Amino acid sequence: MKKDWRKFYGHGIPRVQLEELAGKLIAVEGADGSGRSTQIARLVDWLETNGHPTVQVGLKRSTLVSSELEKAQHGNILSRTTLSLFYATDFADQLENIILPALKAGFIVLADRYIYTLMARDVVRGMDEAWLKNLYGIALEPDAVFYLSVEPQELVQRNLSKNATLDYWESGMDLGLSRDMFDSFVKYQTAMQSAFRKLQKTYGFTIVDGNRPVGSITKELRKKIRALLAGK
Amino acid sequence: MKTFSELNFPGRLIAVEGLDGSGKSTQIYLLKRWLEAEGIKVYFSEWNSSELVKSATSKGKKRELLTPTTFSLIHATDFADRYERHLLPLLRAGYIVLCDRYVFTAFARDVVRGCPPEWVRGLYNFAAQPDLTMFFKADLEVSLNRILEGRPKLKFFEAGMDLRLSNDPYESFRIFQGRILEQYMAMSGEFNFVVMDANQHVEKQQVLVRKLVSEKINLAKFKRRSPLPLPPAIPPAELKTKEQEEDLAAV
Repeated sequence: MKKDWRKFYGHGIPRVQLEELAGKLIAVEGADGSGRSTQIARLVDWLETNGHPTVQVGLKRSTLVSSELEKAQHGNILSRTTLSLFYATDFADQLENIILPALKAGFIVLADRYIYTLMARDVVRGMDEAWLKNLYGIALEPDAVFYLSVEPQELVQRNLSKNATLDYWESGMDLGLSRDMFDSFVKYQTAMQSAFRKLQKTYGFTIVDGNRPVGSITKELRKKIRALLAGK
Repeated sequence: MKTFSELNFPGRLIAVEGLDGSGKSTQIYLLKRWLEAEGIKVYFSEWNSSELVKSATSKGKKRELLTPTTFSLIHATDFADRYERHLLPLLRAGYIVLCDRYVFTAFARDVVRGCPPEWVRGLYNFAAQPDLTMFFKADLEVSLNRILEGRPKLKFFEAGMDLRLSNDPYESFRIFQGRILEQYMAMSGEFNFVVMDANQHVEKQQVLVRKLVSEKINLAKFKRRSPLPLPPAIPPAELKTKEQEEDLAAV
């Protein structure tokens, strides 16, 4: 595939030579329980078996701020703008120290969530979209973005069968949508879905029906990635 | 950018800006002492001091993990935390808030480090403009001497060593601070800086600072109904900054 389309969403990172980024960046988005991690694990196996070196990144995995972010979330004491900037710092650290060097070395980088989840969360919480767009102007546009869309009712079932509980943040409890966690989860995930659909119009990612069996989703993802690697 | 007064906040925000070693921290400390003695509701906030973000910032600095982008973002996170949790509620409650450095520090430093000016300004566009911003302008040599008096050597980021301007920390510091000063001067008119001559004697400057503040703000309106006892003296931040404490702790 020709690299001349490769670009940052905004001004990007100073002093990066885009044409040197020979690898591929593939982002998988979706709520907890959407099958994101399962699909990424399967993709890694498949890619590596076929001789492609891979690297994985994800939210809250930076050396710089991951433990501080974790702490802040436990205490639930950060206000909205602060949390948003904290996540952006976590993202930027991984972008500069993992994603860009790996792409330069020709790796396939699999992002277990990218900036869209961060933006959708903030949009749902009423943050200014122009502010977010400027903030994430540092981000590199991926070669492919797959959003695993699963009905909120199905997400509830999957989360409960896995953990027997719902996550505070994935239920959007900080928003005060409902005191009932089940209700809050469904309301929040519904709002997240519409935020994703809105972002999809701007960022043009692929929406994948995640309500289907694991195998058929993997099949679809492989087909699209195979085409991407073949430069089609 | 509107001021807090224009936004109808009952409180007022006063910021000091300047290069490291310009003496601004001493000035704002003396201002705080005076306002406290006058029985005024006053709160002091320092750049890069939010408890939550501090461990990440010091880790980043110690291990030299920071890039211009993450340096900028982590300071914005720190500012947002102090702004949303302290400054805004206090300004709503009618306090006079004193800030040792405000968003202009980021506008100057981050841009010198290579971040685009529009991006940096965009990050901070949730913040209102101070009701009074005093810029302490000292000769570069004066600043350099003040910095070096208090401590044996320049710190990596303070000297702008991450920019690879020079292998000599002193030369690097000189170039880096010179560029920051240029940035400050370029925005001085836009943000209504009151430029103070920081080469003058400390006490003379303080007389001017107090005069300026009492002309600009009707201080009588900010008095506590029942005055609190005068808080104990805390040595000026510039003599022993947070960062130095971290450095000492790291040894």
